[in-house]
Amino acid sequence: MIQQYHDNLNFDTDKPILEMRDLCKSYFIGEGELKVLKDINLSITPGEYVAIMGPSGSGKSTLLNMIGCLDRPTTGEYLLGGAGVSTLDDDDLSSIRGARIGFIFQSFNLISQLNIIENIQVPMFYQGIPEYESAEKAIELAEMVGLGHRLKHRPTELSGGQQQRVAIARSLANDPLIILADEPTGNLDSSSGSEILDILHGLHDQGKTLIAVTHDEGIAKESERVIRLFDGMIDKEEYNQKRNER
Amino acid sequence: MFLFRLKRTLKLGIKSLWMHRLRSTLTALGIIFGVSSVIAMLAIGEGASADAQRKIAQLGSHNIIIETQDPPEEKSSTGQQQTLKEYGLTYNDAERFRNAIPDVQVIVPNRRIPQEAQYRTNRASIEVVGTVPWYPQISTLQVQYGRFVSALDMRYKRGVCVIDDQIVKALFAFDYPIGEDIKLGTDYYRVVGVAKEKDDTPETRQTASSEATSQAGANVGTIYVPLTTAQDRFGETNLQMSGTSGITMERVELQEIVVKVNDLMQIIPAKQSVETLLKKYHKKNDYAITVPLELMKRQQDIQRIFTIVLGSIAAISLIVGGIGIMNIMLATVSERTREIGIRRALGAKKKDIIFQFLSETFILTATGGILGIILGLGIPSLVEYYGNMPTVVKISSIGWAFGISSAVGIIFGLYPAYRAANMDPIESLRHE
Ligand SMILES: Nc1ncnc2c1ncn2[C@@H]1O[C@H](COP(=O)(O)OP(=O)(O)OP(=O)(O)O)[C@@H](O)[C@H]1O
Ligand SMILES: [Mg+2]
Repeated sequence: MIQQYHDNLNFDTDKPILEMRDLCKSYFIGEGELKVLKDINLSITPGEYVAIMGPSGSGKSTLLNMIGCLDRPTTGEYLLGGAGVSTLDDDDLSSIRGARIGFIFQSFNLISQLNIIENIQVPMFYQGIPEYESAEKAIELAEMVGLGHRLKHRPTELSGGQQQRVAIARSLANDPLIILADEPTGNLDSSSGSEILDILHGLHDQGKTLIAVTHDEGIAKESERVIRLFDGMIDKEEYNQKRNER
Repeated sequence: MFLFRLKRTLKLGIKSLWMHRLRSTLTALGIIFGVSSVIAMLAIGEGASADAQRKIAQLGSHNIIIETQDPPEEKSSTGQQQTLKEYGLTYNDAERFRNAIPDVQVIVPNRRIPQEAQYRTNRASIEVVGTVPWYPQISTLQVQYGRFVSALDMRYKRGVCVIDDQIVKALFAFDYPIGEDIKLGTDYYRVVGVAKEKDDTPETRQTASSEATSQAGANVGTIYVPLTTAQDRFGETNLQMSGTSGITMERVELQEIVVKVNDLMQIIPAKQSVETLLKKYHKKNDYAITVPLELMKRQQDIQRIFTIVLGSIAAISLIVGGIGIMNIMLATVSERTREIGIRRALGAKKKDIIFQFLSETFILTATGGILGIILGLGIPSLVEYYGNMPTVVKISSIGWAFGISSAVGIIFGLYPAYRAANMDPIESLRHE
């Protein structure tokens, strides 16, 4: 089933990499229904850099998790690479997450009992990549984010900025098409924050689709498109030309 | 691919267990004690049973053993203690058994007299058994050198004797015993044979003899003489010195009659006939009947109950160990909620998570099980060495213990693993 799904995926540059049609997400608490996302219509093309903004509680993380196949819509459609996600079962979703999507979280979310290489290897392990191969790739990625000299360190021995760099390396382990970042600089000071942004921008320049939730207007200005959420609805979409000009 | 995953998962499991060494050790202890108690208890039970079975088998499965017993005192009726006590089995009894019981193979009347034996300057307390030529048929006694008591010895009341191997050790040391004379009481007897109990392993002999020497005045061994000779030379009256009432005289004809039947099926009816006969002719309760076959059956029943009880106790301790594991695994799962969320976001399927936690439980129970087996094998040998109790470790009991502990591990590990796998990834990620 899942192999078939992967085969059906269509990642032509001119067709949208992901598409949402009238997507709604509700939480049911007791008797009441809490609508967190309301009629989201969204389409993102491959290689795009999208920032999602909005006040706290407006549904940014929920939307990002939806894009990342961590969650399913209550109603509406979500197409990833032209194929519907709603019909897939839990195993298929896991496999899509592992192979196609790289997650970067505000709180880094490294596994504390594993060292840097092992952390970067985790996604590759679940894709069944052999140890020697994944170790090689992990070292390569760690060097790319500038941590080649601290391969055996545990996350607790690293600064926040360094931890987030490991997380970026980890998100790249399976060469994902889409990188999702939920307030990637939210827990960092401005200098390590801009280091992280530089790496992310570099990835975008290499052609990765990048979707980032942020509170920082400065970051949003760097992106190609800003989606503003308000109370679970898309309030405004703004297009910037800036990055393309660079 | 699968092996590679298995290897990585086990490595990961060992790593996380190692991070909580104390906790893991304490949890494994439950299994260690559970498994070792299963093995040790079954080994001790099995050993006791095997020992009892062997001792009973030595008495002879086709035999009915009737022994003379000192009857309860009759002080109350006469007001004073009798000075001549006359009781016990008689030659007439033996004759009656022969006539009344069909299918009898042999009847062996025995006289047993404690005596002092002397050869040159060596002395030993022994038991003289006045018996008949067919005595070996009802026992495991085997003649090693020379011959046993013969019919002619009986007819002419000859002063001959057959000694057992213990007596050879005690009296003769390096001399060849056959043809030598031993002094028993006031008379000399010529040694015509040396015999030995067959089934006695050297080990049990040793414990038996050490038991014997620990009892004051117990016998070193047995000397067999013709029954007629014993009757003639020792008489039937024993003098006994007792502290309170001076000298008591006892008259006992026979200490023991052994009836051997041809067919096992005849044991119970034969025993009933013996009982009726004895009831009729012995008003005093001066006998005891032992049927080794019955003992054996009773012993088997007791053993079964014993095994069930011990086995249940041990199994309960294993279950308690399993609950301990489940408890710890549930704690581990909730502690590592966030890790589970991360792994799920990075592509772990539910079954990967189940596999991860199940492998931790498995490592715990398997190491616990192996250590438990080692300990369980150690305890019986300690019991054997210090407790002087035989033990038998059956391979099946090791299999049982290991099987149960693995089952416990998997059963009690499944639920926590299942819980871990079914947590919502988003909520797990948000978990602090
Ligand atoms: N499991 C849940 N059950 C009920 N309500 C939930 C659940 N998860 C999220 N919500 C609600 O959904 C709404 C949107 O949450 P979300 O985390 O997407 O907000 P956000 O825009 O990311 O906010 P922030 O900027 O603070 O991170 C909130 O009102 C939140 O209370
Ligand atoms: Mg959020």
